[in-house]
Amino acid sequence: MEAQDFKSDQYVRFCPGCGDHAITMALQKAMAQIGVPTHQVAVISGIGCSSRMPHYLNTYGFNTIHGRGAAIATGVKTSHPELTVWQMTGDGDCLAIGGNHFIHSLRRNVDLNICLFNNRIYGLTKGQYSPTSPKGFVSKSSPFGTVERPFIPAELVMGARGTFFARTLDADLPTTVACLVAAHQHKGASVVECLVNCVIFNNGTHAWIADRELRAEHSIVLEHGKPMVFGKNRDRGLVLDGWNLKAVRIGEDGIKETDLLVHDVTTKDPTLHLKLALMGQPTEAGKQPDDLPIALGVIRSVDEETYDAAVNRQIEEVRATAKQHTFDQLTQTLEQWEM
Amino acid sequence: MKTDKQNVVVRFCGDSGDGMQLTGNMFSSISAILGNQISTLPDFPAEIRAPQGTLGGVSGFQVNLGSGVYTPGDKADVVVAMNAAALKVCALGSKFSHAGALYNEQDAYFERNAIVIIDSDSFSAKDLEKALYVTDNPFTELGLPESVQIVPIPITSLTKESLKDSGMDAKSILKSRNMFALGVICWLLDRPIDKAIMFLEGKFRKKPQLIAPNVKCLTDGFNYGNNFHLSVNTVNIEKAEDLPHGSYTSIAGNKATAWGLIAAAEKAGRRLFLGSYPITPATDIMQELALRKDMGVMVVQAEDEISAVCLAIGASFAGDLAVSSTSGPGLSLKSEAIGLAVMAELPLVVVDVQRGGPSTGLPTKTEQTDLLQAIYGRNGECPVVVLAASTSANCFHFAYEAARLALENMTPVILLTDTYLANGTSLWQIPKLSELGEIHLSLPPEQFKGKFNPALRDTESLVRYWATPGMEGFEHRNIGLERDAERGTISTNPENHQLMVNTRKDKISKLAERLPKLQIQGNAESDTLLIGWGSTEGHLHVAADKLHCALAHFNYIHPLPGNAHELLSRYKRLIVCELNTGQFATYLRSQMPDLKFEQYNETTGQPFSVERIVEAVNSGMSDNR
Repeated sequence: MEAQDFKSDQYVRFCPGCGDHAITMALQKAMAQIGVPTHQVAVISGIGCSSRMPHYLNTYGFNTIHGRGAAIATGVKTSHPELTVWQMTGDGDCLAIGGNHFIHSLRRNVDLNICLFNNRIYGLTKGQYSPTSPKGFVSKSSPFGTVERPFIPAELVMGARGTFFARTLDADLPTTVACLVAAHQHKGASVVECLVNCVIFNNGTHAWIADRELRAEHSIVLEHGKPMVFGKNRDRGLVLDGWNLKAVRIGEDGIKETDLLVHDVTTKDPTLHLKLALMGQPTEAGKQPDDLPIALGVIRSVDEETYDAAVNRQIEEVRATAKQHTFDQLTQTLEQWEM
Repeated sequence: MKTDKQNVVVRFCGDSGDGMQLTGNMFSSISAILGNQISTLPDFPAEIRAPQGTLGGVSGFQVNLGSGVYTPGDKADVVVAMNAAALKVCALGSKFSHAGALYNEQDAYFERNAIVIIDSDSFSAKDLEKALYVTDNPFTELGLPESVQIVPIPITSLTKESLKDSGMDAKSILKSRNMFALGVICWLLDRPIDKAIMFLEGKFRKKPQLIAPNVKCLTDGFNYGNNFHLSVNTVNIEKAEDLPHGSYTSIAGNKATAWGLIAAAEKAGRRLFLGSYPITPATDIMQELALRKDMGVMVVQAEDEISAVCLAIGASFAGDLAVSSTSGPGLSLKSEAIGLAVMAELPLVVVDVQRGGPSTGLPTKTEQTDLLQAIYGRNGECPVVVLAASTSANCFHFAYEAARLALENMTPVILLTDTYLANGTSLWQIPKLSELGEIHLSLPPEQFKGKFNPALRDTESLVRYWATPGMEGFEHRNIGLERDAERGTISTNPENHQLMVNTRKDKISKLAERLPKLQIQGNAESDTLLIGWGSTEGHLHVAADKLHCALAHFNYIHPLPGNAHELLSRYKRLIVCELNTGQFATYLRSQMPDLKFEQYNETTGQPFSVERIVEAVNSGMSDNR
């Protein structure tokens, strides 16, 4: 299948320069690579810029109401586990109004591929701060800066016992496609945090890694089974220093590549995954923590039975041993008498 | 000595831990097996366990049995009061917490000539103190008239004696007091003991170790009445004669609702999916359906009410018969999502088991106060179908109808029941699936393959086609945004929005012609027509009988049956009776502005009292709220 097969006939209405264009392309590419036919794919969204995505994909789609995408997608996947179900959501849709559904879909481990578009702003309502806007962030609804502490999505995912977390950047097409394909391959709730730029209301929010030069120094693309190496010259890496991660330079202080941590996405204990995911996360406006690189790629991918499989399995188990399977058989089980 | 009666009202009351609901239900089922019609009213406190022996912890269960039974009865002819607090609550009714209140006929839960069986072991000084008596003579203190026959039986000590060799521990023995009381009542009301024993054996089939002690206790209670020839008359109750021949059972409204949905799913050939969140008094529907994995039912207990309905909408989008069950507060939370199902034109059943409101209100009590919320309570022009069941047993039929109308018309349907129907039981003639009406799904004609869009609809009925994921060539994007009437894509065009608002409205209005016609009950020739909807049918039927007037009772609320206006306009006096402050009357006035409606309303959390309706209608209805 080709990316073209997944393009709908709809004109893409994201603002010129919006990061969502790149994710749209990545999704079409990833879906082609995954190869599930268009009629077996359902794309569910809530409300927000990112939630327009289903209109641009030639699959079954449902652009629903604000915040409820995870619940509706859970209904689709649980009732019809044979379908591939994607959820398109944003930092407001997913983490503010839809927070409850989000954490419970993760807790249950519903086999959804959740694309969380994080631009740290409400775009469609024209520029209010979001649950991921750093503290002090100035927006139309926080003219004097927010006084709120933001969520770090990865922390919420792991707190909700999520089994898959990946992070990517709009400007990095190969990593995005790889993360989306991995999200599909993982059976369970897969969250791909897509860092996207809002060119109109929050331009440059990911500038720290958006620039190609800076990105090499300020981010690390994690790969399962590979040492944690980053940097323009691939000469920097991550080690454990007591309980904490530390960035080191290969060759300095006798550090060799074999001293570096090797990434393992499958560890059930989320401690190290969380530490990796928390690296370089801005929580205060204007302050970019620069000691550790921002982690991209698949950070966590752990196998656990999915909710949809378990629900359907239990029904099959009960039906296999039950004496009654039809309404007329069921009514025979009632205490009854002739009159 | 025996007296004959057409019907008898029995009330069991005791501590919420005394097993009064179980006893009442068992007694009702035994009576139904013996050929009586039954109508039951459980009346329990919201607290799971209030302190033992206190007024707040009294749990009651009332059943009316005999022939021509339409309601659980206004007042009891026979009462079993397991302790001093229960006696007080029954004698004073809603005034039980008023200091110095005396028995009066209006408030009491039993008749002036009632037989009141009490457990005399539960009237010690300590028991009286817990029930806030201030003297040591509870009967005088309550001002009980001489015509009330108090029958004191030492139920606790007799139960202990009965089970002393059973090997049961003291606590379990005490818990069997209700079986002894049941035995006494079976004797008093002439229920053959062998039938009661057979029922018990069936009931405890899965816990055989419980059969022997329960049967022993029941039999000892029965024999106690028999041997001591309690100085009261036993009663012979008429059997129901006019029921159609068939298999019957007694069923509670919530179970009937659940089973109606199961039947509809099988008939439609779709899986039944329930998204729900625990809420009194609707939870039994979820619990019943969670048991029914043998029928392939899928139940998801959601994280909240909004999720519950959204899960159902997702399942509906994917092709299931999708349902969400709730009560009033939950319906409020689901409003926006129901609007989505209206906009996306997806089949959805929402069951609202109404309770006293607003807010948390009276979770365990009954009311009809969600009517306008169900019809109108959403943003935008947002028509849905609204149905209301009117007996515990016909919750089955209207749940089936709700599912049929949702699937055939691609629309949300709200089914209103209430606490009274949900927890009460009535006699149900068990149907065969083949006897139930066909359900025709609105599937897309093959010609649309490859060019399907979600706005395509049948030009006659205006019903959209249901294409679901997995169907090749029918891929489409559904939306909660306004859609273009032709292409199904997002549209903000002014004329298009007008057209779509009209289309959604007309689709529901057109349904009216296909609904069963409204029927007049009672004395159709009278000038006066009582009008009701939902769970008050039994009470209004009896009231109309007593008033020799006519009754129009509605189960199809929105849209109204096509002949409603014509029928109503035949009568001079139209009196809308409902358990709210006039919601159906308001609605009827808006639908039939040429007619004049009077209203009779109660909001006490209790079902109607027939007596009060009759009195109000006779008094000319000057000021009844």
